Amino acid sequence: MADETPKPSELLSNIDYRPPAKQWMDVPVNIRKGMYCYAANPKSVEYLGLPNARAWNPTDEDWKLPENWQQILHEGFKERLEKFRSIKVFMDICVRCGACADKCHFFIGTGDPKNMPVLRAELLRSVYRNDFTLMGKLLGRFAGARPMTIDVLKEWWYYLFQCTECRRCSLYCPYGIDTAEITMFGRELINLLGLNIDWIATPVANCYRTGNHLGIQPHAFKDMIDFFVDDIEEITGVRMEPNFNKKGADILFITPSGDVFADPGTYTCMGYLMLFHFLKEKYGLDVTWSTYASEGGNFGSFTSHEVMKRLNAKMYLEARRLGVKWILGGECGHMWRVINQYMDTMNGPADFLEVPVNPITGTRFENAASTKMVHIAEFTADLIKHGKLDLKPERNDNKILTFHDSCNPARGMGMFDEPRYVIQNVANHFYDMPANTIREQTFCCGSGSGLNAGENMEERMAGGLPRANAVKYVHEKHGVNMLACVCAIDRAALPTSMAYWVPEVQVTGMTELVANALVLPGEQERTTDLRGEPLPGMEEADE
Amino acid sequence: MSVMAPLGSQKEAILGRWLARVIDTYPPETARFLRSQKDPFANPVGHATRQSLTALIDLLVAGLDEAAARAALDPVIRVRAIQAFSPAQAVGFVFDLKVILRETLGTLPKAADELSLLDGRIDRLALIAFDIYMQCREKIYELKANEMKNTTYKAFARAGLIKDQDQGAGQ
Amino acid sequence: MNKFYLSSLLAVFVLALIAWAGGPALPWLFGIVLPYAAVILFVVGVIRKVMGWSRSAVPFAIPTTGGQQRSMPWINQNKIDNPSTKFGVFIRMALEILTFRSLFRNTRIKMTEEGRFSYNLELFLWIGALAFHYAFLATLVRHLRFFLEPVPLCIKAIETIDSFFRFEISYDAIQFGLPGVYISGIVLFAAVSYLFLRRLLISKVRYISLAQDYFPLFLIMGIAFTGILMRYFTKVEIAAIKDLTMSLVTFKALAFNVPQGIGPLFYIHLILVCTLLAYFPFSKLMHMGGIFLSPTRNMTANTREVRHVNPWNYPVKVHTYEAYENEFREKMIEAGLPVDKMPDESTAEEEKE
Repeated sequence: MADETPKPSELLSNIDYRPPAKQWMDVPVNIRKGMYCYAANPKSVEYLGLPNARAWNPTDEDWKLPENWQQILHEGFKERLEKFRSIKVFMDICVRCGACADKCHFFIGTGDPKNMPVLRAELLRSVYRNDFTLMGKLLGRFAGARPMTIDVLKEWWYYLFQCTECRRCSLYCPYGIDTAEITMFGRELINLLGLNIDWIATPVANCYRTGNHLGIQPHAFKDMIDFFVDDIEEITGVRMEPNFNKKGADILFITPSGDVFADPGTYTCMGYLMLFHFLKEKYGLDVTWSTYASEGGNFGSFTSHEVMKRLNAKMYLEARRLGVKWILGGECGHMWRVINQYMDTMNGPADFLEVPVNPITGTRFENAASTKMVHIAEFTADLIKHGKLDLKPERNDNKILTFHDSCNPARGMGMFDEPRYVIQNVANHFYDMPANTIREQTFCCGSGSGLNAGENMEERMAGGLPRANAVKYVHEKHGVNMLACVCAIDRAALPTSMAYWVPEVQVTGMTELVANALVLPGEQERTTDLRGEPLPGMEEADE
Repeated sequence: MSVMAPLGSQKEAILGRWLARVIDTYPPETARFLRSQKDPFANPVGHATRQSLTALIDLLVAGLDEAAARAALDPVIRVRAIQAFSPAQAVGFVFDLKVILRETLGTLPKAADELSLLDGRIDRLALIAFDIYMQCREKIYELKANEMKNTTYKAFARAGLIKDQDQGAGQ
Repeated sequence: MNKFYLSSLLAVFVLALIAWAGGPALPWLFGIVLPYAAVILFVVGVIRKVMGWSRSAVPFAIPTTGGQQRSMPWINQNKIDNPSTKFGVFIRMALEILTFRSLFRNTRIKMTEEGRFSYNLELFLWIGALAFHYAFLATLVRHLRFFLEPVPLCIKAIETIDSFFRFEISYDAIQFGLPGVYISGIVLFAAVSYLFLRRLLISKVRYISLAQDYFPLFLIMGIAFTGILMRYFTKVEIAAIKDLTMSLVTFKALAFNVPQGIGPLFYIHLILVCTLLAYFPFSKLMHMGGIFLSPTRNMTANTREVRHVNPWNYPVKVHTYEAYENEFREKMIEAGLPVDKMPDESTAEEEKE
């Protein structure tokens, strides 16, 4: 072999692929661009009265921590061990069997072993053992213990914001250890040092002040809705008159502000307006929006239990002030985790409300008897089941649909059949994704729990890969071109994820599909759907 | 055709070695998972890698069709473009094939000519891989820059809530 | 990383050595004091740990919902994975504890790239874990014969079932199988070896493994191994051992009379058991108790139907509607939104203050 050129092996020899095999505690954290979100704006932290507001940068050596930060963390840890049995038990009982290891979308997408849920929890457990257990104190590293140092803190921060609190790992854990719970706890701890990210802190401050994440003031909120009213009139010829802050309405409707202010959620929002208009015209149901409680989402839940409670309080406060009978909630993921598992405990009992009854069908929502808040998918499914909606599903015939179960309504609630029932009644072409990627085994969009910022796009795309991969499969197999979901973060994050992984697929909310199919009293012949795209068979007429 | 024929028959062996090398670019804890988990939905990275490499070896034997090569390389590069790899690490695996071909087929008679032909194809593959890598990176930057604009800004503009410098918005 | 399992292995060897040398020399220390101390540590430790967990509050109801919720009557609820009743939770917990149901989720049929369906290696974790725990349980129950006189019928029955499988090797040197071979002992040893090898050989599991993951495995391996040796190979003086164990449970042992003729092998077996007992409450082995208290599994998923009370719920600072309206009143009026107070009233009120 007379090969003059250098051997490829020589060419490649200077590329060192394999990181040295070290125990994970010896691998220092590398805060990589594209994988983290910017630090919280001090103004937002200050507005909420949270500790240690200051400008800082995650890639800086100095994080401008308070002098006694280790003590603050230790005491915060100790206090929460008493306050949360979940944490205390989860710190003790993990056997590191590895069942959860490959269940995390961030591990699957990034290949970073510290994204294995067990290891993410071990980051905290190692400090717990050092500070609170006899074995850890006696045997140190041999008992898996390590002291809290600035590098450990940076590692915590980096990986606590590489978890979307989706609970997929919790499903497979033989002891039910819930990484979402551990992440919530960890984030609560680092918030004691003012280590939030801006994509969470600023929406929280905005929401606290103006009622919604984007800081939209009441008049602008109404302007946006009025604009939708114009748009709907153009498409359907019917003008709707939504109520705002109306005292004595039957139902208060709360949805994430993302539906009001960001595409494609806006089309879902138009859907809500049309559905409520239909119900008012046909059955006299009086639904009101609120500008004060104009945010269903709760980024407080990504900060601490206290901030979660502070933001959530508005829902009941507003329901009481307006004197409605019960509350209807729009399509949102973590909003429903909060409503389903936290709201009543935190801000209840809601004894000033009535047990929700759908006045049109007479259905009593027993499952919401105490919290008094019903999901729009439950509500709509009930209406359809009783034949109360006039539907033309063929209007959605150009949409070949699949459904993404959002993590929170899936594993924090268990709402699987209601949205599917609705979608299959308002559209004719529906294909589920493979079984191990839907329902309780659903994959996260990759951007939940306050991680849908722009600067961490690589993180989001990596986290979104398992979901996108399943979408791609149904796209190739069944020609699916529309991904339906019931979550505002999904509607914000999935279009971007799709643009990278499966550009042929668009994203829609459930109620947008309902509204496309819904025949309003007195409507003109529609030629386009809510997006202004021609309806099937109307491609020519659309001029 | 002293190499091409054995290349066809040795396909599985070459694929196996190449796959192993690509997967070894990940941390060992991850590599085993990528190797052993066969479910394409539980292991999209391993799946995309395997799919790409299989198609590429077929192309190498059959001759290089630009469009087919792009389609074959896309899944694996798209994944590696967002993972913790430098650009060289992300596309460098293509060159690994040279080493593997020599290890597998190098002792055959008259191999040198055939190998240099294959080397040329591999080089072209690498260039295409680099193109795709850059397109993916550009897509990421575009998404970073425009996501807010495409969603929020667009909705606001439609509603006439944003004052444009040139024209009154919302018309 | 090797130091983690090597140190654990070494620790177990040292323990064995101590017992081998010390047991026959100081029988009262190794045969009486040590077991009592270990049992006391075990009982007190486990109680303290469980009490410690129970003392912590359960502020929120956070079950992981693994199936369809209870919603309208025409929608089929998954009553086990999303239990809205106490009975459902009981079934869920029972399946979790008795069959390791969540672990089994790992093993559900999956599709391979070629579109075929297959199980993968994860099935073995579930089988291995089940085999290990049940074999351990059977072995424990069998050992009750050493602590009860007369031996109850049910234990004899279990022994008979356990040793239904008989084969005998009768050489002068080895007399294997002459007492019936207990399946449980063999399975226990095999399963614990599997769990160890898995930790060693699967890189992602090795990566997450700590010394405290290897140590109990070696202990149990040692216990099973010495047990098997004593039963089938180096026959020990069973009668003397039973005298000892009976005197332990009847507290006659406090007279410190250890029967003669107990070989060192038994002391090795005993010290490993005692270490396991003493170590138990301070280790991950407490998962046995923790599973019962895991809030994502043991809580009822009727969280919107019945209010869960947080014992430390405290009032928080909220942004009231009043403060909101005060800030935005003008703009709200301009936009035609209803307000609670018109500007003149509110300024008049403010002036009063």
